[in-house]
Amino acid sequence: MFKILKNFSKKDLLLILTCTILITLQVYLDLKIPDYMSSITTLIQSETSKIHEILIKGGYMLLCAFGSLLSAIIVSYFSSKLSADFSYNLREKIFKKVLKFSNAEINKFNVSSLITRTTNDITQLEMFIAMGLQMLIKAPIMAVWAITKIIDKSIEWSILTGIGVLILLLTIGILLIIVMPRFERVQKLIDKINGVTGENLSGIRVVRAFNAEKFLENRFESANNDLTKNQLFNQKCFAILNPIMNIVMHFLTLSIYFVGAFLIEEAGLSLKITLFSNIVVFSSYGMQVIASFLMLAMIFMIWPRANVSAKRINEVLDEKISITDGLLTGEDSTSIGTVEFKNVSFKYPDADEYLLKNISFKVEKGQTIAFIGSTGSGKSTLINLVPRFYDVTDGEILVDGINIKDYKLEELHNKIGYVPQKAVMFTGTIKSNVSYGDNGKNKPDIETIKKAIDIAQGTEFVEKMENKYDSHIARGGTNVSGGQKQRLAIARAIARNPEIYIFDDSFSALDYKTDLNLRKELKKYTNDATNMIVAQRIGTIIHADIIVVLDKGECIGIGTHKELMKKCKVYKEIALSQLSKEELVNA
Amino acid sequence: MPRPMRNPGGVPEKSKDFAGSLKRLFLNLNKWRYLLIISIVLAITSAILALAAPNKLSDLTDIITDGLKPNISENVIKDIMNDKNISVEDKQELNKLIISISNQKEIDKDLLLKEVDSLPKSIYEVIKPKIDMAKVKKIALLLTIIYIVSALFSYIESVLMTITSNNFAKKLRTSISKKINKLPLKYFDTHETGDILSRVTNDVDTIAQNMNQSLATLVTSITLLLGSVLMMFITNWIMAITAIISSILGFGIMGLILKKSQKYFEQRQIELGNLNGYIEEIYSGHNVVCAYNGIKEANVEFSNLNEKLYNCNKKSQFYSGVMQPIMSFVGNLGYVAVCVVGALLTSNGIISFGVIVAFMIYVRLFTNPLTQIAQAMTNLQSTAAASERVFEFLDEKEMTNENKLTGKLEKEKVKGKIEFKNVKFGYDENRIIIKDFSVKVKPGQKVAIVGPTGAGKTTLVNLLMKFYEINSGDILIDDVSIKDLKRENIHDLFVMVLQDTWLFDGTIKENIVFNKKNVTDEEIENACITVGIDHFIKTLPGGINSHVNNNDTISGGQKQLLTIARGMIENAPFLILDEATSNVDTRTEELVQKAMDKLTVGKTSFIIAHRLSTIKNADLILVMNEGNIIEQGTHAHLMKQNGFYADLYNSQFKKNA
Repeated sequence: MFKILKNFSKKDLLLILTCTILITLQVYLDLKIPDYMSSITTLIQSETSKIHEILIKGGYMLLCAFGSLLSAIIVSYFSSKLSADFSYNLREKIFKKVLKFSNAEINKFNVSSLITRTTNDITQLEMFIAMGLQMLIKAPIMAVWAITKIIDKSIEWSILTGIGVLILLLTIGILLIIVMPRFERVQKLIDKINGVTGENLSGIRVVRAFNAEKFLENRFESANNDLTKNQLFNQKCFAILNPIMNIVMHFLTLSIYFVGAFLIEEAGLSLKITLFSNIVVFSSYGMQVIASFLMLAMIFMIWPRANVSAKRINEVLDEKISITDGLLTGEDSTSIGTVEFKNVSFKYPDADEYLLKNISFKVEKGQTIAFIGSTGSGKSTLINLVPRFYDVTDGEILVDGINIKDYKLEELHNKIGYVPQKAVMFTGTIKSNVSYGDNGKNKPDIETIKKAIDIAQGTEFVEKMENKYDSHIARGGTNVSGGQKQRLAIARAIARNPEIYIFDDSFSALDYKTDLNLRKELKKYTNDATNMIVAQRIGTIIHADIIVVLDKGECIGIGTHKELMKKCKVYKEIALSQLSKEELVNA
Repeated sequence: MPRPMRNPGGVPEKSKDFAGSLKRLFLNLNKWRYLLIISIVLAITSAILALAAPNKLSDLTDIITDGLKPNISENVIKDIMNDKNISVEDKQELNKLIISISNQKEIDKDLLLKEVDSLPKSIYEVIKPKIDMAKVKKIALLLTIIYIVSALFSYIESVLMTITSNNFAKKLRTSISKKINKLPLKYFDTHETGDILSRVTNDVDTIAQNMNQSLATLVTSITLLLGSVLMMFITNWIMAITAIISSILGFGIMGLILKKSQKYFEQRQIELGNLNGYIEEIYSGHNVVCAYNGIKEANVEFSNLNEKLYNCNKKSQFYSGVMQPIMSFVGNLGYVAVCVVGALLTSNGIISFGVIVAFMIYVRLFTNPLTQIAQAMTNLQSTAAASERVFEFLDEKEMTNENKLTGKLEKEKVKGKIEFKNVKFGYDENRIIIKDFSVKVKPGQKVAIVGPTGAGKTTLVNLLMKFYEINSGDILIDDVSIKDLKRENIHDLFVMVLQDTWLFDGTIKENIVFNKKNVTDEEIENACITVGIDHFIKTLPGGINSHVNNNDTISGGQKQLLTIARGMIENAPFLILDEATSNVDTRTEELVQKAMDKLTVGKTSFIIAHRLSTIKNADLILVMNEGNIIEQGTHAHLMKQNGFYADLYNSQFKKNA
């Protein structure tokens, strides 16, 4: 928590200092008010006093109250600026940091957790600062000041106030100890309710097909019961807080009067009136003391949540970025369009097992290289090494004859057109999605965009849309189908006009015909570009210049279709599982 | 999955029909009406007790103030002078004091009191003011009882409310969960999952919490408000008017600020939503953002959104921060007004000092409920909005009731004949997808459905399973129209394995068994061996009892195999495989396919597949395009025809260029 507070700038600290001064002033004025109350009571008590004296004192009291209000408004202005500044800066920092992450870091946290860290956690901290900062400054000042004001007036009353504070703190402490762990459980149970409902919704067809409605309802009900039970317990516990607070406050007032009556009875005549006005003052200072301790208790109540958020944010900010930028631009390269793997091995930082072992190959400009293998053989991992989503563990990858670690990341990415397994769409239009990003050249013009969509076999459906190329794409691309998204994603890569295309199983969502036409057109258009394709279908890769067969992270065959049919057993099996012998021969 | 956020800033949302929604909410509370009534009565009693207390406290103050002044009346002095028990010297001391007082023109009160203090003990004992301690004790005891009873009542009341609101919330959640399974699939095509989830958690939470807090608060506050006004008027009407006017003035100002701040709160919610949406988008598409050098662009857009949020944040934070100080200022204003007017009245002898003390408390009792009522009203607003959303969901049109349907097909006796007769269907009335579909399937046939994306393959299956109601035409199973069969009955006849690998949070075993009863371990093991996942399961640390959820320990292909194993356990006369093997590599698929073939012997099966290799040996291949069958026959037959299917098939191995 304290670490995250270091994100305050010098200017912010100055603001905090100003706030502290203003809050001190506010406390001074607030505590002055009971003094005036006391003199007003004394004035009312003594028959000789005149109304205008009361008016003057009342006026001063209101002046104090107004002054306190004014300083509270200024403090509120500063602290709202402070908390808004703080969350603004933190949000910027964490967002920029996450964008620098490689897949290794992203997977470590996982995307949905990173999202909550950038949104909810920061909001949590912002609220803590907006509320907590003022309280944190005010409560101790007020408590100490109010105590010094009354401590010398009467030991008996001070003890009474002390007892009141003690009871309150004990109650809150015990409640926190009992309830806090259950709060976390409630949170988990709410997640569970969400999870079970989500399961029911996402599997609605399966659930119905299996007549499993009752089964899911029972699962839900058990989570629901758990949640209700825990909630009931927590809330019943907390229900005691309010009555106890009221009792403490009322009893404090009552006992101050009660004890006061005895004290007055004992005291000499000359002290009686002073004592009486002290009763009034004391009961109000006593309240201030209790109020300030309640404030402190409040901070303790919101502290744990904010602290957890702070920890989560710090984890992101402290995460070391594994991918470092190089210096080269690759302008003077002599072997444009080549990709070479030299004894590349890869494993996740904390894993024991290698996902890729000792892979070597080289593609020349204009060639197509394809990767095939069963699920989990490492095809996608391999292809993701080229844009440096991960860095190799051993060996090196050369693009245009230069180690990819030596490139400026931006320059490396300028050479690449990458299409992921699952198409990604951004809120905007068809146009903005296809022309997305920056390739170091000008943004593609509308003709290029149209051409790209045409090659990606998307013209037909785009033209059918209401605003054609300016049609809106909803968040997450929910208003276009999976196949359409995939085609737009491919068009995006084409519009980039890269040296090297990377297709990570990007054709599976398309039917054979579209797949074939697309690749035919693409070949025509990008005759001199290098293609790297991960595929499941033999048909997609059968004509590739080089085919790499992967099995459990190892390269068990490399060559053309014909060569592999002869020498690679696994390849042959894969091929035969899809096509008959005759078809393979005819191909 | 991140919890959907709807209203994190606590901004009241506008409801469409405030009174109507609340009325309906209360009607739904009927089951707990006794608890509710008891808690309301308790709340009112506790409030009345709280109101009685200041009056008693004022009496206490009066008793104490009565004991402040020495009783030096002429009668007392005469009594002293006549008292034989007091020595002459002492009487002379008193005399001296009386003479010295009468000689002075201006009396210094402090000095006088000091002199009285130094009077001989015998006289001082008589003159000294006395507090009626017996009375003090009596009142203190009474107050103690009042305070304790009031606290006890308010505790019981809030426990009762907690029980009511939580059980009510539970009931609502159950109703929503049950409702999900009664809605037609059509509903889920047009509504987002996040929205429904938000109703189950956030909205129900809002209702329960606000009910728990606001209802009691509202009852107590209104009682306190009315009571304190009444008590104030009974005690003294001038003071009452003073207190009320000064407080209302303050609240008027507050209301104005509140109204002004409202728009910033609303704006803040919108900006927060926009920003969160953007973050989600960029984080999820991180790879693409990086690979396309979109980072700069993303940073600029992010800063832009962040800036907008910052401005609203600052303003809304400020306004909410200012509320508390203003409230306490209003409290002070009322206090001073009461004191000044009170002092005026006491000096004229109209009221006693105790009345002022009582009013100091009344002012607090009066201003607190005002703010609380305002707070409770905004809470009620959001309760109304939340319950509107919940009820809206509960009111959605359900699937047609099938209790009257009499048709029934016994699982064991079904022959396996299926006929589609001129079926016409569209997900919405204006867009007909299946135009005029007819086909006859003989018992035991393996039917494959192929065609490009969007041809209506899955739709066909959806209709067969009665997930959707057909617009016209009919589907017959063993010559019985599915219109006469209950959905449950139909589902019982089919084993269905889908492309989406749906697993729930539980162990592998639980996922395979699912809702089926009396499944032996042997059956499970056999199913796992058949789909070839037994080896993988054995490598897991917990074996068959390992936990699965939608994370990365199990790959997409393995998940699919698990769902196939689940289907295998279920023994039924019909089998539907809707792209069931599309996530499995072709080699594994072949294995599964072989196993399936064994299983489907004698069963009528429908197979939808992208990969044509899977379905070459089907008895009947239906080639669909744009909702119609354009070709049908066996593989060899269709290849000979050299039409759409042949074209589709050959495109697998045509040369690129």
